[in-house]
Amino acid sequence: MDAVVQVVLLVVILAAGFLAIRFKDLLSSVVALAAVSLALSLEFYVLQAPDVAIAEAGIGAGLTTAVFVLTLRKTRRKEEER
Amino acid sequence: MSKLVRTIGWLLYAPILIFGFYVIMHGHLTPGGGFQGGAVVASGFALLIVAYGAKGAGLKERLLSAVESGGALIFVGLAFLGLGATFFYNFLAAGGGVVFNELVPSGPNPGDLNTAGTLPLMNWAVGLKVLSGLGSIVLLLALFPGEEE
Repeated sequence: MDAVVQVVLLVVILAAGFLAIRFKDLLSSVVALAAVSLALSLEFYVLQAPDVAIAEAGIGAGLTTAVFVLTLRKTRRKEEER
Repeated sequence: MSKLVRTIGWLLYAPILIFGFYVIMHGHLTPGGGFQGGAVVASGFALLIVAYGAKGAGLKERLLSAVESGGALIFVGLAFLGLGATFFYNFLAAGGGVVFNELVPSGPNPGDLNTAGTLPLMNWAVGLKVLSGLGSIVLLLALFPGEEE
């Protein structure tokens, strides 16, 4: 049971990380990065580190997302084509 | 931000703050502590700043800065107060002071909040420093003049 949860969480982390790189709309990219942090904090909880899970959920999913959203509001939302 | 974000932010702000202060208060009993609770409270501030803007959130930079310095001073001050024995000596624990002075009961127990001496006070100092420090980082980033505003 534990192993299944871990595999699912790691697959979610990989998929969301891949999407965060591939998205051209940077706001979607930031949301994907928040999903990585959320799944990572659940993974820490499954690995019996609730302390680290709270820090990861607060800082990774909360603060960095807010910082990226504030930055995107002051710059451009779309990634430039090369 | 849109009305949806504003309403959900307004609803979630108080529960996030209460949970953050709970994590700080129970730092010596449960997982978490000053840093984690402060980060949770600061993410509540960030939610408010993103939803309502830097002006509408009602947070003052000078107040946050003062609270941050105060937290650091309380932490180091408590450490110096134990200097009769050693630096960081826990002079309040086990009957030494007015608060948090009870002995820890032996055996399995749900945890007594009124224990651990200076540790809860230091958790509060670290929590105040972290919540105001991270909160002022997000606030200053939101106040920074941008390209479109």
